[in-house]
Amino acid sequence: MCLGIPGQIIELTDADKLMARVDISGIQRQVNIACIVSEQHPAADCVGDWVLVHVGFAMSIIDAEEAHKTLQILAELGEVQEELDAMRQSATI
Amino acid sequence: MKYVDEFRDPEKAKALKNKIAQLMDQLPYTEKKPLLLMEFCGGHTHTLFRYGIQQMLPNSIEMVHGPGCPVCVLPRGRVDDCVILAERPDVIFTTFGDAMRVPGSHKSLLQAKADGADIRMVYSPLDALELARKNPERQVIFFALGFETTMPSTALTVMQAKAEGLTNFALFCNHLTTAPTIQAILDDPDMHIDGFLAPGHVSMVIGEQPFEFIPERYQKPIVITGFEPLDILQSIYMLLQQIVEGRCEVENQYVRIVQKQGNHPGLAAIEQVFELRDSFEMRGLGTLDDSGVRMRPEFAGFDAEKKFHVPNLRVADPESCQCGDVVKGLIRPWQCAEFGKLCTPETPMGALMVSSEGACAAYYNFGDLPELMAKRQAHLERESAA
Ligand code: SF4
Repeated sequence: MCLGIPGQIIELTDADKLMARVDISGIQRQVNIACIVSEQHPAADCVGDWVLVHVGFAMSIIDAEEAHKTLQILAELGEVQEELDAMRQSATI
Repeated sequence: MKYVDEFRDPEKAKALKNKIAQLMDQLPYTEKKPLLLMEFCGGHTHTLFRYGIQQMLPNSIEMVHGPGCPVCVLPRGRVDDCVILAERPDVIFTTFGDAMRVPGSHKSLLQAKADGADIRMVYSPLDALELARKNPERQVIFFALGFETTMPSTALTVMQAKAEGLTNFALFCNHLTTAPTIQAILDDPDMHIDGFLAPGHVSMVIGEQPFEFIPERYQKPIVITGFEPLDILQSIYMLLQQIVEGRCEVENQYVRIVQKQGNHPGLAAIEQVFELRDSFEMRGLGTLDDSGVRMRPEFAGFDAEKKFHVPNLRVADPESCQCGDVVKGLIRPWQCAEFGKLCTPETPMGALMVSSEGACAAYYNFGDLPELMAKRQAHLERESAA
């Protein structure tokens, strides 16, 4: 819940609600992107961004290389599997 | 157990390890009277153990594991409140998986679910919102838990629920605030901490400013820290540099994620939905003034505490549980009389044994268990002799 997991934004799904589809280690889900959108970085520009995803919210933009290294470390810590399982098991998906 | 060679950058890790040892040579701490550094966050505790970082440090540094694991500081009575809400026939109770196994005084949420309560594990509050949309005849409650890291997510979810005019969605708000928790540790006369590793993702949301009182009023150094083993070593080195140079300030090791000002949209959402409570109870630390948040009156329709009857139970832990002392760093997990005996990850008595971020689970899973149990026996004998 607190570590977050890197993913890449694939497409905007609802520009009004600031929702986008993110690919996280091969699993896709909807996330909210309100926390990474600003005047300088409007929603449309977020596609392709690598972001740190916490409980379904993109909380911070990270660079691609950083994202891959972080995923590797999280895998070692056993956190990736936990997050992905939680995503898969989530009641509504 | 990991070794330096398996770090992301082993050369850098070795260099840091040596530099840490060099700085400690300049300071008067010993194995008997060690420098006490607290990692506040359970994520850091997990990394420390997973990579055996304590063993890489000189004996004159002791890491004290702080209360920054939201599940671990949940008082027993709060779990009972959750169970009471969840057992209402009109309610779908939703929660992060972490909270499911935390023992209440009668049962955990997992047991309540087995007994027939409609409890669903969700990955995100957005999933709880979706359940509310799909089940208009039921009341969907989301158990909002966590320090500031998860506050923007619940705040934005409630704002979305309000925008859609949903009337069957509510938060049971149990969000905790980091700065008052650190202050409680600093104010506790039993505790003495020489420096802090600040939680990286809390800082990503709130920025550096909320930590400034720590050097200003308490003259303690604090470094905002990332979650990889190298991050932690580097932050310990930064803390030592401050101590050797006689400085104390808020420094940021985790610049790749944390901006000085925090996350503006996240903070704006928190500000809109939540306000500070007059006081809030945390396991081990007791009731802290001006701590935790509740929902603002404008969001009363989405506040489970206002919509439903929440008994707000206060329940003491069983006598033999020493979770509170562990949370405060007063004793090490293996010094608890139940550690490894009645309390194990399979049969947890306290939340610290449930969560992978809890200090007791970390010692149990990654420590040298026979050695710890021997140390524990010796400790208990010393205690009873005294
Ligand atoms: S060993 Fe169990 S009862 Fe003792 S402090 Fe840890 S979690 Fe609490």
